[in-house]
Amino acid sequence: MKTFGGPVLFLDRSDINTDEIIPAKYLTEITKEDLKPYILEDLKLPGFDPKGPKTKAARVVVSRANFGCGSSREHAPWVFEVNGITAVIAESFARIFRQNMFNCGMAAIELPKADLDLIFSHAGDDDAAIGIDIEAQTLTMSAGGKQKTFGFQISPFDKALVLAGGWVDYADKKY
Amino acid sequence: MGKTTAEKIFEAHLVDEPFPGTKVLKLDVVLCHEITTPIAIDDLIRRNKDRVFDPSRIKAVIDHVTPSKDTKTATQAKILRDWARRHAIKDFFDIGANGVCHALFPEKGFIRPGYTVIMGDSHTCTHGAFGAFAAGIGTTDLEVGILKGVCAFRQPKTIKFNVTGTLPKGVYAKDVILHIIGRIGVNGATDRVMEFHGETIDAMSMESRMTLCNMAIEAGGTSGICQPDATTVEYLWPFVSGEFASKEAALAEYSKWRADGDAEYEQVIDIDVTALQPISTFGYKPDQVKFVADLPDTPVDQIYLGSCTNGRLEDLRIAARILKGRKLAPTVRGILSPATPKIQQEAMHEGLIDIFMEAGFCVTNPTCGACLGMSNGVLAEGEVCASTTNRNFMGRMGKGGMVHLMSPATAAASAIEGKIADPRKYL
Repeated sequence: MKTFGGPVLFLDRSDINTDEIIPAKYLTEITKEDLKPYILEDLKLPGFDPKGPKTKAARVVVSRANFGCGSSREHAPWVFEVNGITAVIAESFARIFRQNMFNCGMAAIELPKADLDLIFSHAGDDDAAIGIDIEAQTLTMSAGGKQKTFGFQISPFDKALVLAGGWVDYADKKY
Repeated sequence: MGKTTAEKIFEAHLVDEPFPGTKVLKLDVVLCHEITTPIAIDDLIRRNKDRVFDPSRIKAVIDHVTPSKDTKTATQAKILRDWARRHAIKDFFDIGANGVCHALFPEKGFIRPGYTVIMGDSHTCTHGAFGAFAAGIGTTDLEVGILKGVCAFRQPKTIKFNVTGTLPKGVYAKDVILHIIGRIGVNGATDRVMEFHGETIDAMSMESRMTLCNMAIEAGGTSGICQPDATTVEYLWPFVSGEFASKEAALAEYSKWRADGDAEYEQVIDIDVTALQPISTFGYKPDQVKFVADLPDTPVDQIYLGSCTNGRLEDLRIAARILKGRKLAPTVRGILSPATPKIQQEAMHEGLIDIFMEAGFCVTNPTCGACLGMSNGVLAEGEVCASTTNRNFMGRMGKGGMVHLMSPATAAASAIEGKIADPRKYL
C-alpha cells in the first residue's frame, strides 16, 4: 500500500481538467518518470506556479468540484504519483480520473463543500498538511498549530484497490 | 419493472459483483490506440503477463499522431505494431488503413447493439450510438481488459433525454449536443448514462448519432446511448447479413436492447429542438455555449474540420455545400482531416476534396492530430480556432490557444467570413 498525507497544494477552482494536469503533447513519453517536470503546466490560477516550491513539496492536492474532467489519460494520476502526490481531495471527481487513481492504488477522496470550505480557509497557511488514514476513512487537517479531523466515504471496492496496491494483480488473480 | 439499455447490457455481461454496487462486466471488444496502450503493454511485459484474452476481440489502430512526427511517437507506434503482430491481432490498422478510432471502428462494423466496449480514450462513449455500453477508461483498466476481457464499473444511473421536433435549417446533431451540455453542465451526467430518445434522434443518421454520443463525456457521462432501430440495422447490414435471415430478423434481435417503456430513470429531460439555432462555445469549457447569432464579433485564425466528433462523410458534405465556389477569408487558414481513409476516398470521388482545396483548405490524412494539439494544426499562443472537435479546454490545441466548438456548417461559414459566422445564410 502507498503512503498518504503531507503538505497540501490548494487548487481553488472547479472543473480542473486533465489537459491542465498534463498537456496532451507530453503523452508521447513512454515512462511515468518522464512526465515529472510537466505537472499542472497549463493550469492558470492566481498565485499558482506549477514549478514553485508549494507544488514540489505537496503530497496532497485539495480542489473543488468535477476534478479531473476531460481526457481518460492515466498520465494525470501518474504525474501526481511521480511528484509524490498520492491523494486528491475534492468535492467531486470525473469518473475516469477517480477510477484511474484507485486503479493505481492512490486515493481520490470526496468531501462535502462545507468541509472543503474549512480546509480551504487554511490555504494561506504555509504549514498546512493533511494526514490520511484509509483504513479508518478519516483525514486530519493540521495548520497553524490546530488540527481538525474529517470522516470520508470510499466504496469498499476502491478501498480494496488501495489496500491491494492496484487493479491489475487483483483482477489477474480473480478472473 | 422495466430496464434501461445500460441495465440490460450490465445484466447480460455480469461476471462478478465483488462488492455491492461494483459490477465486473465481460467485454465484447477492447479498442486500443498508440497513446494509452503502449504503457499498458510495457507494464504487462514487466509483470510477465504479456498475454491477450482474445485476439479477435481486440482492435487496434495508430491514430493520434500518424504518420509519426518524431522518435517518441514512432516508438509508441512501434510498440503497438509489434504487440499486434506478436499476439496475431488481425484487426490492426496501420498507415494507409488507419483513421480516427471512433470513426474507423464503427465503419468496420466492430460495434453492435448490446455490446460492452472499452478503450483508453474518453470519447469511447461515441459507440453508444449503436445501442452499446461504451466507456472510456484509463490505462490500468485497459491493461486488465486486454489481459482478462473484463472491466469493473459502478452501475451507472441513467438520464433519459427525450428529444423532439424537426431540426431547423443549419442546425445539426452537434448543435443538439452542445445545447444539452450547456443545459446540464460539464458534470451534469457524471457517473450517468445519457440515453437519447425521441423523434429527432430517430430521424438522425448513424453519423449524427455518433456525433451526439461522442460528446456525452463533455457532460461527464459514462456512455451516450441511442436506441437500436432500422437505421442501425441498415448501417450494420453489410457486416451482419450472414448472421440474420433478413433485416427484420436483425431488427428483432437488436431491439431486445431497447429500453423498456416502463424503465426507471433518475431524470427525464425534454429537449425541443424546434427553436434551436447554430451554436458555438465561447469559453474554455464545453458547457459555455451561445447561439452564434448572440455572440460578439469573434475573429478566428484557423478553421479545423475533422475529429471523432465531426470528421465523417456527412460532415464533409455539409461543409462542402457551404464552401462550394467560395474562398477562405484571407485572414484564416483551413485544415480538413477526414476521419478515415474510406471517408477521404469517398470525399474525393464525390468531388468534395476539390471543393475544400479550391476554397483554400489544406487536406491532411486522417489523424487525431490537431484536436489535442499534438500535430497537423497546433495553435500559437493567442490564436483562435473555429473547430468541429469536442474540447475547448485552455491550451487544448496548443499552449495559449483558444478553441471554439461548433458544427461543420458553422465552421464552414466561419471559414468564409474569418470570424464565427451563422451558416444559415449560406444554405
